[in-house]
Amino acid sequence: MSELIVENLNLSFGGIKAINDVSFTVEAGDIYAIIGPNGAGKSTIFNAISRIYTPDSGSIRYRGQELLERAAHQVVDLGIARTFQNIELFEKATVLENLLVGRSSKIRTNWISEFFFTRNVRKEERVHRRKTEEVLDLLNMQQYRYERVSDLAYGARKNVELARALCAEPEILLLDEPASGLNPEETTDMSFWLKDIKEELGVTIVMVEHDMSLVGRIADRCMALANGAVLAVGSVAEVQSDPHVQAAYLGQVAA
Amino acid sequence: MQVIFRTSYDQDIDHLVDRGEKYRILAAIALALIAPLLVGSYLLSELAIFLVYILAGLGLMVLTGFSGQVSFGHAAFLGIGAYAHSIFLGYGIPFVVSLPMAGLLSGAIGAALGRAVSRMHGFYLAIATLAFAIVVETVIGEWEQVTGGHMGMQVPALSVFGLELGESWQQYYLILAVVIFFIWGVANLMRSPTGRAMVAVRDSEASARSLGLDTARTKILAFFISALITGVAGGLLAHLLFYLAPESFGVQDSLRLLLMIIVGGLGTITGAVFGAVFVTVLPNIIGVLKQILPDTVANAPGLEQLLFGAIIAGFIIFEPEGLYGRWRKLRLFFETYPYYKKSTFVRQKRYLKTERFR
Amino acid sequence: METSDVIQLALIGISQGCGYALVAIGFVFIYRATEIINFAHGELMMLGAFMVLTFAQIWGLNFWLSACLGILSLGVFGYLLDAVVMRRIVGESQAIIFILTVAIALMLRSLAGIIWGWSPRSLDVPFMQDVQIGGIVLGMDRIAIILGTILLCALLYWFFSRTRTGLAIQASSQSQLAAYYSRIPVKRLISVVWAIAAMVAAVAGLMMAPVTQVDTGMSAFGIKAFAGAVVGGFGSIPGALLGCLLIGLAEPFLDFFFPAFKGVYAYIIMLVVLFIRPEGLIPQTFAKKV
Repeated sequence: MSELIVENLNLSFGGIKAINDVSFTVEAGDIYAIIGPNGAGKSTIFNAISRIYTPDSGSIRYRGQELLERAAHQVVDLGIARTFQNIELFEKATVLENLLVGRSSKIRTNWISEFFFTRNVRKEERVHRRKTEEVLDLLNMQQYRYERVSDLAYGARKNVELARALCAEPEILLLDEPASGLNPEETTDMSFWLKDIKEELGVTIVMVEHDMSLVGRIADRCMALANGAVLAVGSVAEVQSDPHVQAAYLGQVAA
Repeated sequence: MQVIFRTSYDQDIDHLVDRGEKYRILAAIALALIAPLLVGSYLLSELAIFLVYILAGLGLMVLTGFSGQVSFGHAAFLGIGAYAHSIFLGYGIPFVVSLPMAGLLSGAIGAALGRAVSRMHGFYLAIATLAFAIVVETVIGEWEQVTGGHMGMQVPALSVFGLELGESWQQYYLILAVVIFFIWGVANLMRSPTGRAMVAVRDSEASARSLGLDTARTKILAFFISALITGVAGGLLAHLLFYLAPESFGVQDSLRLLLMIIVGGLGTITGAVFGAVFVTVLPNIIGVLKQILPDTVANAPGLEQLLFGAIIAGFIIFEPEGLYGRWRKLRLFFETYPYYKKSTFVRQKRYLKTERFR
Repeated sequence: METSDVIQLALIGISQGCGYALVAIGFVFIYRATEIINFAHGELMMLGAFMVLTFAQIWGLNFWLSACLGILSLGVFGYLLDAVVMRRIVGESQAIIFILTVAIALMLRSLAGIIWGWSPRSLDVPFMQDVQIGGIVLGMDRIAIILGTILLCALLYWFFSRTRTGLAIQASSQSQLAAYYSRIPVKRLISVVWAIAAMVAAVAGLMMAPVTQVDTGMSAFGIKAFAGAVVGGFGSIPGALLGCLLIGLAEPFLDFFFPAFKGVYAYIIMLVVLFIRPEGLIPQTFAKKV
């Protein structure tokens, strides 16, 4: 079954077409990579899916539900969680608190009972903490638990963002450049985690990535964009050998 | 340095797991309880005002410190609470109903303001709250039939369940109970989803939204709770002032509240308390300063405001974590002596974080 | 109400609006270059008026010379304010920086009160006499404000669109990093922007001086200019001009017809506009890039 279907998406800022008639389909259980040079519109697609931008036309459907009819904070209820390119964490809170915010879509208590901290609130809190614990264990980051995010190194922050998205118990995960700024070892770790997330948790992953070694290692399918339009779709090898893609990256080669 | 071995989630959830902190706070509460035995009635009423400041600061802390929404007009809610409470009492409504009603009214006005400004960013919000406060002050001044206008308004005597509380120690205990109740409640909020949602909205709206938080709703709620607490503080303050005039709730007082929480330390409950201590002893510090300075400078009108501004500016530039941050550093210094290194708290190199986008 | 009254009030309103606009231009310049909202701008205007007063009446210099000196001294002050204070807190949240500028405003106002006294002083300017046009008496000082504003706007437009420095400033307000990579001295230019904004404020102070008198209360003028800029949409100069003219023009009429809320109409208009169109009349996009 197709999970995420994007059809004829158009979006422009002022006079510039950031996304030009982009359509693609992500199948359940895949790792789907979106590649392309800077300014190709990769992050813009993510921002359209998570309803930060409203496209001019087109549709984005997830399991038959139209995303464009929803507000930004209702997207995660469908099981779509994301990370950001330039890490958007809650800087002055601890890692644990960051992950607990990731549980926001599962909160069932209201503020009045929280003010008095009723038994029920405590019970719910225990449940949320147990869930975040599982994520902490999965990504092997127990040592950061009580660290303030602003004290963490860049690589660790990337992981916290991934962990926070996982705390929402997503079915589909949008990762905006998960490996950018990571050193080769951290990138290798990241590729194992992403495989684990896909295989153990059964989460579909859509990622924007520049690091072709990571894409080549884990992606099932791949889409190349340039100037807001789709150049090629297929397996990683197919896309890499596509002449249009090579032209976009390396410049025009005389045919 | 004490290391806590945690064996259950409840240890993460509970208040005051750190033993030293627990003893310090118990000691502070004990001291507050026996204070009436230790000091005279004049000093006790000063202490009562100090407690009200804590409460008002706590209200502003919820909005500015935790939710990141700057309010330059919080004294307006203090005024709304004070006037509403006095007017309700004047109609013969008993204290235990009137005070919550005043708080709720203030909270409702706060929520309405919050709804209007929930789409605004940083300074837009600050300026809108400032304008709101100026308008509230003007309305209180002009609406003479109800508020007595600039002539002022007598506050009815304080009585709870028909029991007249005329003595300052009685009022002191009443205020102490309310203050402790709200500190406990806010501390509860901060360890539950709502508090974390506020912090999330403060630190990154985009990701808060992508995780499923309705940021507008969170802001409105923050406005409501904040205005409610500050309104209750206003109601209590009315009894300590005896006589209400619109000038008591002007822009200057809003600034004092803001000074309080910045100096105390934004983003912590302890910060509100430290800030209240500071604001209470500030006049004494200025008094001492005046003796040191030459007469022409010392008696110049406006010196207080100059110091006021200088203190806020100094704290923002040199110690953005406030007195509480300073205290934490000091504590770490002793706990880790002689291994303390200054660089632990050195701020990262920063760049202009753009908040606009085209 | 007679036609002549209407014309009188309109003239007062437009000139008042121009005064607001001069201050608001400074807000917007600084905002566009640094994203700092300088709440102390009304105080810079007040300081400008006081400096001119010092040169002209205490030192006894020629009026035009003291005007130039006053404006220049404000330029230096603005430059230093950025280089010494504001530069240290780059990267703090917008709200915190805003509070800092409020604190600076408080300090400047009380310093001015301590140095020059709290009671209003009048500044004699050469453009004080009234002129009569078709039976209506118009204050020359009012007309001078309007003409001065138009002239200054033209000058600034020329500076920002024609000179190298002006273009460099525009570039760095688009992207500081990109400008820095292109060998533009971003830090210094930002200080220059502060200097220019402070000088424009000084001009405003100088021209409003005959109308309002010189005292520490002049800083309230800054808050109303702020309201005007917010009404127009903060990030754009045309928006700020429009908003300020609107508020300036509305004020005298509202004060005249509904005197109950005299003096606070600027804020009421701003609140109403913010309720209806939170992004101002000429909106700018403010959403943060992620």
